[in-house]
Amino acid sequence: MSGYRIAKPDHEKNVQFTFNGKTYSAYEGETLAAALMANGVGLIGRSFKYHRPRGVFSVGNEEPNALVNVIHPDGLEPNTLATTLEVYEGLEARSQNCWPSVNFDAGAFNSLLSPLFSAGFYYKTFMGWSNKHWMFFEKHIRKAAGMGEATVEADRSVYEKKNLFCDVLIVGAGPAGLSAALALAPTGARVILADENAKFGGSLRGKGASINGQSGGAWAQDAMAYLKGFDNVTLLSRATVYGYYDDNTLAAVERVSDHLPHGDRQGQVRQRHLVVRPTKVILATGALERPILFGDNDRPGVMLASAVAAYVQQFKVSPGREIVFFTNNDTVYDAVDEIFAAGGRVKAVVDVRQTLTAYAKEIVQRHKLDVFVGSAVQRTKGRKKIQSVLLADGQQISCDVLGVSGGWTPTIHLQSQQGDAPVYDDILFSFLPGRAHEDYVSIGGCVGHFDTKTALGDGLSAARQVKGELGLKSEVENLDYVVSPSAPWSIAPVFEIESAKGKTFVDLQHDVKITDIKQAKQEGFLSVEHLKRYTTLGMANDQGKTSNVNALSVMAKERQLPLSEVGTTRFRPPYAPVSIGALSGGEFGDHFRPTRRTPMHDWHISHGAEMINTGAWVRPRVYKRDGETIEDAYIREATAVRASVGMVDVTTLGKIEVIGPDAPEFLNRVYTNAWLKLPVGKARYGVMLREDGIVFDDGTTWRLSENRFLMTTTTANAASVLTHLEFLLDVVWPELKVKVVSVTEQWAGLAIAGPNSRAVLTKVLSGIDMSNEGLPFMGVRDGVLASIPVKVARLSFSGELAYEVWCPSHYGFAMWDQIYKAGEEYDMTPYGTEALGTLRIEKGHVSGPELDGRTTVDDLDLSWAWGKKDFVGKVLAGRDGLRAEDRAQLVGLVSLEGQAIKPGSHLIAAPGAPSLGHVTSTTFSPVLGKYIALALVKGGRDLVGEKRIASYPLQEIAQEVEIVKPHFFDPDGSRMHV
Amino acid sequence: MKIHCPFCGARDHSEFTYSGDASVVRPDHGEQDQEVWHAYVYQRSNPKGVHQEYWHHTAGCRKFLVVERDTLTHKVASVKLVNRGAL
Repeated sequence: MSGYRIAKPDHEKNVQFTFNGKTYSAYEGETLAAALMANGVGLIGRSFKYHRPRGVFSVGNEEPNALVNVIHPDGLEPNTLATTLEVYEGLEARSQNCWPSVNFDAGAFNSLLSPLFSAGFYYKTFMGWSNKHWMFFEKHIRKAAGMGEATVEADRSVYEKKNLFCDVLIVGAGPAGLSAALALAPTGARVILADENAKFGGSLRGKGASINGQSGGAWAQDAMAYLKGFDNVTLLSRATVYGYYDDNTLAAVERVSDHLPHGDRQGQVRQRHLVVRPTKVILATGALERPILFGDNDRPGVMLASAVAAYVQQFKVSPGREIVFFTNNDTVYDAVDEIFAAGGRVKAVVDVRQTLTAYAKEIVQRHKLDVFVGSAVQRTKGRKKIQSVLLADGQQISCDVLGVSGGWTPTIHLQSQQGDAPVYDDILFSFLPGRAHEDYVSIGGCVGHFDTKTALGDGLSAARQVKGELGLKSEVENLDYVVSPSAPWSIAPVFEIESAKGKTFVDLQHDVKITDIKQAKQEGFLSVEHLKRYTTLGMANDQGKTSNVNALSVMAKERQLPLSEVGTTRFRPPYAPVSIGALSGGEFGDHFRPTRRTPMHDWHISHGAEMINTGAWVRPRVYKRDGETIEDAYIREATAVRASVGMVDVTTLGKIEVIGPDAPEFLNRVYTNAWLKLPVGKARYGVMLREDGIVFDDGTTWRLSENRFLMTTTTANAASVLTHLEFLLDVVWPELKVKVVSVTEQWAGLAIAGPNSRAVLTKVLSGIDMSNEGLPFMGVRDGVLASIPVKVARLSFSGELAYEVWCPSHYGFAMWDQIYKAGEEYDMTPYGTEALGTLRIEKGHVSGPELDGRTTVDDLDLSWAWGKKDFVGKVLAGRDGLRAEDRAQLVGLVSLEGQAIKPGSHLIAAPGAPSLGHVTSTTFSPVLGKYIALALVKGGRDLVGEKRIASYPLQEIAQEVEIVKPHFFDPDGSRMHV
Repeated sequence: MKIHCPFCGARDHSEFTYSGDASVVRPDHGEQDQEVWHAYVYQRSNPKGVHQEYWHHTAGCRKFLVVERDTLTHKVASVKLVNRGAL
């Protein structure tokens, strides 16, 4: 291929770019493919499997060959289409799938071994031995056969998301789409016209066909300028509508600044993800040309015929100096005419049909072309570029470009995504949308109306139809278009020219050959869905846009069925690749979900807290002092609590107000234990089950007044408990007079624990009798702390004398600070989630790791909370399997080797013996001076006093532990009842 | 997919949480038969076509709605409050 520039484009700016390290010059507005062509570069990359040399094949996003890596200042983007990437000053691109260089590629050795690399080769060869072998070979195989290279750098580009609403979304701004938009604009309908290309016009951009005396390209530009004058019309260029979902929801990606030099992208989003919800959709997605298959049809220089013409027309760049066409239809003659009109030259046309149409004859004679009628290209010759074609009759024609046309394939991805099964058309030799749909109208090329005149007419009638369906009053003008004649539809159903020599590629991007399809058929993969998965045909990122119909024709021939009976696969989104960045928009890292901080957050930070994410919240894990490890810190904190006093932020607990005269009855049904007789001013611990009898959540609920309760949930289950309660009230027991509302955000809370906790609170609280009698265990009182209204509940998670103090959120910092200062004379120690865990494990209290969605009340040693009344989950909790004696039961473990017990360890009787259960929560217990843990062990309560091995095979850790009761410390609770 | 919430208007489905088959009726509180509870908790038909289901307007009014949805096309035929008395 020796492309050259025919003429300099008007008004476009000169830019420099590099490809494989070499600098070239081009013009703004050109694609990388056009720019490389103008500079005589024909070899773009190497193919996926055989590393064959490949060049530019097409002019748009159907491109299977010309994929490049683009190097950005902060990373690399693989698999970028040279045919859609617009050049900009400083663009840096390089070939992919080649090493050490595109001209000398070591992987091309694969090509010599090609008999081995047939469909399913890797799996058959390397997985046959054992899984271990596959795991060894896989990484080498993946390297040899792959698309581009992924970057490990974070993508620092900015993406955003946008929701759009309109009356009519028109997809595609070719003649059909533009005509519809022109007709709808004056009606006042809110119209969005989206096109994936930089310039509107679709096929008109490169076409000689004139409309109302103007060239197609000029007419399209005028149409766009006219549409810009309407406030009710939104024009989106570089916007690919890639998905058509339920309820007329469509997704698109708008490439906002990909075409700009990096310096001009500052402050701009790179891509914008659009979700469009129109009332009606007009699909004017056009059609794509497909090739005819023959031997060595992949050499650089073999292109789609229309693409050859488009480069000449649109970019004034000729792909070569000796252009030969090969066709089974008449559209190629329009291409020839256009190339001559734009200053290019065509050498010869090989037409597989037996006679030329009058239309073709006229063009052939006018340009004095060599024509080979009734002949066919059987094979190409050349190495890194095409040098000649061999015809079936033995003649040879030298050339540097072969433009091939095997007919046109309507682009029906979006219709297919909607469940519209394509129907094969025996006149077009292509698939068409199968049926009418209430939400959308298909017009123009995508319904096989390839000529401009019909497409323009389609646009008008679609506009009338949707106008009627939308109930718009103003009339659609009767626009009339005078269009120059174009090729009549005349095609011979020739898909393939058999060639004994050379490789015939059906899917260029995935290197799938005719022989692979034949093999798939022989091995019994008959249905198109199986064929696709076995050969990976159509599964590359071009989604088989130019190869699907040819592949089906090969299969039809092999199975001796008409093509219509072979069927086609259903297209799924996306129509074109979508970057992950566009899908996530701004929602990543800290912005993935809200960061929830407690009102005391800043205090924690300024006092050395190391924070940890727990569910949706950020909490202090430990407060580190100089040189302390996490373990040092939590041991110090837990020790201080048992020795004197400590405080912990418990704001994160879920809080739900349960209000109404039937609230006690409701709680009585929700919790396993009894609630009807809880007096005002008292709290109670409760356990709730799921409907299937498994423990759901636990916590304390306080009776604030006759009809008002404050329920606390675990931090993790706050949202799901609220939903559970709402469901029961809304759906199951609407007769109960109860309302529930989340007040998690309204209250800040702290727990103060330790023998001196009462002394500290007594100093700062007023309005509450803090004596053991005045505020007994589980009592709840209202009080005042330095003018802050607070609720004080005498609850203990640590097993010490302890209180929870709650206040309205905005006082949280002040409340914490006051109590901390009051406690300084008692060596008040703030503690984090680690020490909180230590203290509760020492007491055998269950938490998240034990409430794992598999445990019952009995498993967790909570049977004392099993009420006689009926409650949610009671009946199914009685199932035999949930009451079996050998269920995993909560036990304590003590290390006999003085080592930390790893959470997730399994208990075994001897090396290699089956697991008896697993370790859930672990800590060092300062008060016992030992490493301890909670575990769920089969029949564990009967094993107390016995020794087992705690095994963690991933790190080859095993140690002897003793099984004990889960209440390690102060089992009778004497310390909290003082 | 859009759901027309009787309180909040037509909203995107992402504001809602699918909450199960609305054609099953929870046994009476006090029902003791395990088989009855088993059927309620586990037995579901998986119809192709019209399906009555609960949707919770989690990011809206937090009401549970009964949505009549075609499982094949996702067309929503009707949206009702669970308990009309609640209006």
